[in-house]
Amino acid sequence: MPTERDILITGIGLVSCLGEGVDAHWKALNGAAFAPTLDTETFLSLAVHPIVKLELDRQIPKRGDQRTMEPWQRIGTYAAGLALDSAGIKGNAELLDRTDMIVAAGGGERDYAVDAAILSALPGAADPDVKLNEMLTSDLRPTLFLAQLSNLLAGNISVVHGVVGASRTFMGEEAAGVEAVRIACARIADGTSDLLLVGGSFNAERPDILLHYEMGRVLWKQPYAPIAERLGAGGGMLLGSVGCFLVLESRAHAAQRGAAPVARIAGIQSDRCNRAPGAATANAQRQFEALAANLNLQETAIISGASGVGVEEPIFLQGLNLPIRSPANALGHSLEPSFPANLALAAMAVSRGKLFAPLEAAEAVTDIKLKNALVTAWGHWRGEGMALITAT
Amino acid sequence: MSRSDLDARGRPVVVVTGMGVLTSLGQGQFDNWRELTAGTSGIRRITRFPVGGLKTTVAGTVDFVAVEEVSAPALSEKIAHRVIEEAIAQSAIGTVGNFPGPLFLALPPVELEWPQRRAIAAATGKNESITYDDLLRVATAVDFSPYYRRFLFGSVAENLAETFGTKGSPIAISTACASGATAIQQGVEAIRRGETAVALCAGTDASVNPESLIRFSLLSALSTRNDPPSSAARPFSKDRNGFVMAEGGGALVLESQAHARARGAKILGVLEGCGEKSDGFHRTRSSPDGKPIIGCMRNALADAGVTPEGVDYINAHGTGTPENDKMEWLGVSTLFGERAERIPISSNKSMIGHTLTAAGAIEAIFSLLAIQNGRLPPTINYDTPDPALPLDCVPNVTRDVQVTRVISNSFGFGGQNVCLVLAAPG
Repeated sequence: MPTERDILITGIGLVSCLGEGVDAHWKALNGAAFAPTLDTETFLSLAVHPIVKLELDRQIPKRGDQRTMEPWQRIGTYAAGLALDSAGIKGNAELLDRTDMIVAAGGGERDYAVDAAILSALPGAADPDVKLNEMLTSDLRPTLFLAQLSNLLAGNISVVHGVVGASRTFMGEEAAGVEAVRIACARIADGTSDLLLVGGSFNAERPDILLHYEMGRVLWKQPYAPIAERLGAGGGMLLGSVGCFLVLESRAHAAQRGAAPVARIAGIQSDRCNRAPGAATANAQRQFEALAANLNLQETAIISGASGVGVEEPIFLQGLNLPIRSPANALGHSLEPSFPANLALAAMAVSRGKLFAPLEAAEAVTDIKLKNALVTAWGHWRGEGMALITAT
Repeated sequence: MSRSDLDARGRPVVVVTGMGVLTSLGQGQFDNWRELTAGTSGIRRITRFPVGGLKTTVAGTVDFVAVEEVSAPALSEKIAHRVIEEAIAQSAIGTVGNFPGPLFLALPPVELEWPQRRAIAAATGKNESITYDDLLRVATAVDFSPYYRRFLFGSVAENLAETFGTKGSPIAISTACASGATAIQQGVEAIRRGETAVALCAGTDASVNPESLIRFSLLSALSTRNDPPSSAARPFSKDRNGFVMAEGGGALVLESQAHARARGAKILGVLEGCGEKSDGFHRTRSSPDGKPIIGCMRNALADAGVTPEGVDYINAHGTGTPENDKMEWLGVSTLFGERAERIPISSNKSMIGHTLTAAGAIEAIFSLLAIQNGRLPPTINYDTPDPALPLDCVPNVTRDVQVTRVISNSFGFGGQNVCLVLAAPG
C-alpha cells in the first residue's frame, strides 16, 4: 500500500570503471562477455579498477572549482551532479535550498611528491623534527587541506551544485555508507526531510589508500580472480574508484513535482558486532528476516556487498538460495560508496524487471521477473547492513 | 507518557541526564567549571613535538592523558573513553559495558600520521629517494597491521561501541567544527523518531600534531600571538588574529524525558532544539550576507518552538578569527535586533581554545553548566573592544546571573552551521 512517506529513489548518479550513468552500467554489466577493467601497472603488484575518464566540465563547470578539488572530490561532485540531473532538480535553487545531504566519506589525497621528498630528506637532517616542520610549511599547498577534510566533499557539492539544506558527513568505511542511507530514509519517513542527496565517493587510485589496506593484509595481489574464487583462496579485495549519489524523496514530494521514481527503498537495517564467530551472520540473519518476511522470494535477488574478504558472508548468502550478483567483481570494492552504488544497481535492475548478467562462474544465470532486491553490506572489517529495494 | 513529556509538536522532549568533559583545563565537570569560571586559560606552549620553524607555537593540548603511540585517533579515543565514563556514571544508566542506546561520535578525520609514516619509511632501510612504491613494498614485507586498524575511519567509534556496549552501528561524524553539535543533533533526532529512548553523543579531538597545525597555519586561521600563550585566543577583541587549536572531549547522555522520569533520573537540562543550514558560498568563508548563519539560528529556535526573546545567553562559536567573529555578530545582530548589544554572548574558546570537532559537544555542556550554576563564563583577553562588534561578551570576569535558555553556535569549514537550543529542566 503506497503511503506519502514512502522513500523513493528519484535520481541516480553513478561513475566507476564501467562508465558514467545508470545506462552505461546496465550495458556494461550485460555485455557479451564480462571482462574486468583493471589498472595493473600503476601501483606495483596492486591492481585497481580505475575511474572512467570524466569530462569534468559537464558537472563541475568552473575550472577554479576543479583545481581546488582532488580526484576523490571530483569523482563525488561529478556523481552528485549526475544524480541531481537525473532527478530533474539540477539548478533548481528553490528545491536545492532545502535539499538535505548526507555523505559517506573517508579523507582526501595527499601530495605524494611532498611526502616522498620529506621522507627522503629526514634521515639526513640534523634535526628531523624541525626539518619536517620546515618542509611542511614551505611545500604543502595551502588549499590541499580543503581537499583532504572528510566533510569537504559535501562542502564542494554545496559550492558547485548549491545543495544547501542540511549537510552531514559520516566516516567509517562501508558502515558509513549504510548509515548515511539509513538516516536519510529515517528522515524522509518521519517527515523531517522531503528531499535528500545521499552517497559518497572513493578514489582507489591512491598510493596512500593502497598502503593502508596493504598494511591490513586485505588486498588481492594475484592475477585477477572473481570474488568467489578469491574467498576460496584466502580472500582479498580489489579496490575500485566509484562515485555514487542517490536522490531520495518522499512519495508525496515526488508526486507533487511530477518526478519519475526509479525504485523504492522499502526497508533498511544496520548493526555491528565484534566479528566473533557467528556474530555477523546472526546480524545478517536478523536483517534478512526483518526485510524479507513478506516477500515473494521467487521475484527476489541479492545484490551483495561482498568485498572479497571474510569467510562467513558467502556461506550466509549461499544459504538464502536466491540469485546473487556481487558488483565488486566489476566495479571493485569502494568502501564508503559501495552500499549506495549497490543500491543504485539494484534500483536499476528492479526498475527493468530483470537481473543483470552473472559476473563470475559462481553467479547463476536467471530469468526471474525481478521485483525485489535485497542489497547487503558486510564491511570488510566491521558493520553489517541490508536494504530492500522494490518497484515503485 | 504524560503530556508534558511531549513538546509542542507532539515529539518526545529530549533531556540530558549525564555529562562528561575533558579539556586542557582538566578532566571532569567540576575541575573544568572551576577553571572556566575563574577565567583560566588552558593554552600553553606546545611540548609534544619541537616547534622550531612554526609560526604558531601554542595550543590547548591535553597532555595529561597517556597513550602508547601518539596519534590523533589514539588520543581522541582515550579522551572520548574518559568523558563517556563520566557521562554514563552521572546518568547512572545501563550496566557496565551495556549502554542502552546508540553512539554518535564526532571525531577528526583519520589519517596516517608522520611518526607512523616515518616508521614505515625507516623499515625500507633506505636513507634517501624514498617513494610510495618503497612504502608499498615494505608494507608487504613487514607487519604494520596495527597501523591499518588504528587509521581506519571507523575504528575509534567501533572500539568505543564495543567497550561501552552501545546499540547498533555507531555513527562517526565529520561536519568540521560543527561535528560535536551534529552528534548531539543525531541523538535528538533518533529519540524523537522513537528509534531509541537513550543516546550517547560525544565529540572528541586530539589533532595537535605538526601537519594539522601547519595546515591551519597555511590557511592563516591560527593566532600567532604566542607570548604569553594565555593571550593567544582573543575572541571579539579588535586585535584578534586567529583561533588556537585545542584538544578535548565532551559526552552527553540524551534521553527522552519520559524515560528519564520513569527511572527517576536527575534531569540536567533540556535539548529543546537543533538547527542546521549549510552555506554554498565558499569552502572556508561564510556567505557575506550572513544568511546561512542567520537561517541556522532561526532553524534551531523554530525547532525549539521559541523566539529570540526567549534566549538569555549565547554560547558563541567565537573562534577569534577576524572572519568568524564578524559573521557571528552579523548573525546575532540580525536575529536579536536591538537586543543584540545587551544579550550576553561569551566564548569558551578564549580559555580552552578551539577544540574543533569536539567543540559543539563541550560547549553544549558548558552551556548547561551555565544554566545549572547561574554563572556565565567570561570571554577572557578582551582588552581592546572592536567597535564593529558592539556586543556584551561577558568581558574577562565571570558573571552571576540566572539564565534559563541558551543558544550554542557551531560553524565550520565546508559551509557547516549547526546551532543548539538548551534549557533548564522543565
